[in-house]
Amino acid sequence: MDIFVQQLINGLVLGSIYALVALGYTMVYGILGLINFAHGDVTMIGALVSATLIQLLHAAGLPVPVSLLLAGGGAVIVCASLGFSIERIAYRPLRNAPRLAPLITAIGVSILIQYSAALIWGKQYIALPAIITPPSIEFAGAQINHLQIAIVILAACIMGGLIWFIHHSRMGRAMRATEQNPAVASLMGVDTHAVIAMTFLLGSAIGAIAGLMVILYYGIGHYFMGFMLGLKAFTAAVLGGIGNVGGAVIGGLLLGIIESLAAGYIEQLSGGLFGSNYRDIFAFLVLILVLLLRPQGLLGQRSGDRA
Amino acid sequence: MLDIQSLQIHYGGIAAVKGINLSIARGEQVALIGANGAGKSSTLNAIAGLLKPHAGQISYNNQDITTLAAHRRVTLGMALVPEGRGIFPRLTVAENLAMGAYCRNDTQVIAQDIQKTFAQFPRLAERRLQLAGTLSGGEQQLLAIARALLSKPQLLLLDEPSMGLAPLMIQTIFEAIKTVAQSGVTLLLVEQNARLALETCSRAYVMESGQIVLADTAQVLLDHPRVRQAYLGEMGEPT
Repeated sequence: MDIFVQQLINGLVLGSIYALVALGYTMVYGILGLINFAHGDVTMIGALVSATLIQLLHAAGLPVPVSLLLAGGGAVIVCASLGFSIERIAYRPLRNAPRLAPLITAIGVSILIQYSAALIWGKQYIALPAIITPPSIEFAGAQINHLQIAIVILAACIMGGLIWFIHHSRMGRAMRATEQNPAVASLMGVDTHAVIAMTFLLGSAIGAIAGLMVILYYGIGHYFMGFMLGLKAFTAAVLGGIGNVGGAVIGGLLLGIIESLAAGYIEQLSGGLFGSNYRDIFAFLVLILVLLLRPQGLLGQRSGDRA
Repeated sequence: MLDIQSLQIHYGGIAAVKGINLSIARGEQVALIGANGAGKSSTLNAIAGLLKPHAGQISYNNQDITTLAAHRRVTLGMALVPEGRGIFPRLTVAENLAMGAYCRNDTQVIAQDIQKTFAQFPRLAERRLQLAGTLSGGEQQLLAIARALLSKPQLLLLDEPSMGLAPLMIQTIFEAIKTVAQSGVTLLLVEQNARLALETCSRAYVMESGQIVLADTAQVLLDHPRVRQAYLGEMGEPT
């Protein structure tokens, strides 16, 4: 029983991170119909920038909460500018190109970011010194530490804030209008280029926070970490229904919980044949099942446009 | 107010509009009629900035707007109700209307104007929280026109507002259009239903395969043999 609760909690934390990254995929897909494969790598940059800043600020003798806050802020600024530049330089010139062109470009941008990171940080693992040792509390036979609680609460606030923004602000309404019909949105006076740039900026900023969470939670990062994280977050977005912001949240949480529970029980169930290092299988098992059984995802039902 | 000089529009290598001249004075109601594929919608889309002309010049209030982005033309007082209505299907009726006022900053007045819109079109008021995609075709057309009016346009461009609608609904729509015209908004109406267009507007251009072949007052065109034969039907003149 306690392994169940423990894995459920671990899954919730992992799922919160997946959900944040999945938001970036789903927002861009919703507005451009493009799978921005570089998004996982933007998150990686967020993680590595955070790691470097935390080390520097800690070495400079700043208190831990202050250095975390500054590192997060720095990562957000770096990633937001990176996301904005990617859209401006790589995707905007291809706005009216066949859909394959931006997709291939996205893969190219992803590789470019990975190897730029390898040049900056090297190819070895970046380990964060144990500057914070969050205290744990007992809950139903499981251990929860304060960092896990903080991750879940912060992620919930970001997701709630984003959903509010999209549904109740003027800019959010313009984003939804652009998603549904960019030409008509421009007839309303919406600068659709600016809206698309804003989408990349927001998604990347949220990715930066996710990157900070990953580096704090696991304590290590490297230039290639965005690949697997990105694939899983993409799976989460597909599971929830790509293009649907609420779906990304639900898909992320579900995927995190499925993966953690499966990792917790796989050894038992396979009679010791597979260990928890096979956990990555489950994300892709989920992806395949979704694509086979419900390709539009959990919440992805398009209300038909009546002619 | 609007002045178009030798406008050409190409799709790939195919010329859809082959050098037309067209001008509208402030407060006029002008129709652009012609058969399917004559280039009417292309002309309208070029005026609104959705299409880049191949050649020619478009001036609005003596300003050259040929290459101006569509969203900037809205702030100059131009609004297009596009062909097929172009409502946002997954926004509510109220949100669609709010999008119409996107370019305005006077939040308080916008709220009042939306209330006025609801008073004018009770069908929209009843459905204000419904997704616009669930409205009937006629209701969507009403919504599209009401939404365009919320940008407070001086020049309203209407593309086939009668398309695919039941006769009773067409009547409602054209009554609304006439009310708009009476309020002093300049109108450019593209319509396949030539009789309806000529009865609504004071002047009209007739377009055939990318060129303007006739331009005159609506009264003259209604009696013009070529128009009567091609667009009004020889028979069924009960006078």
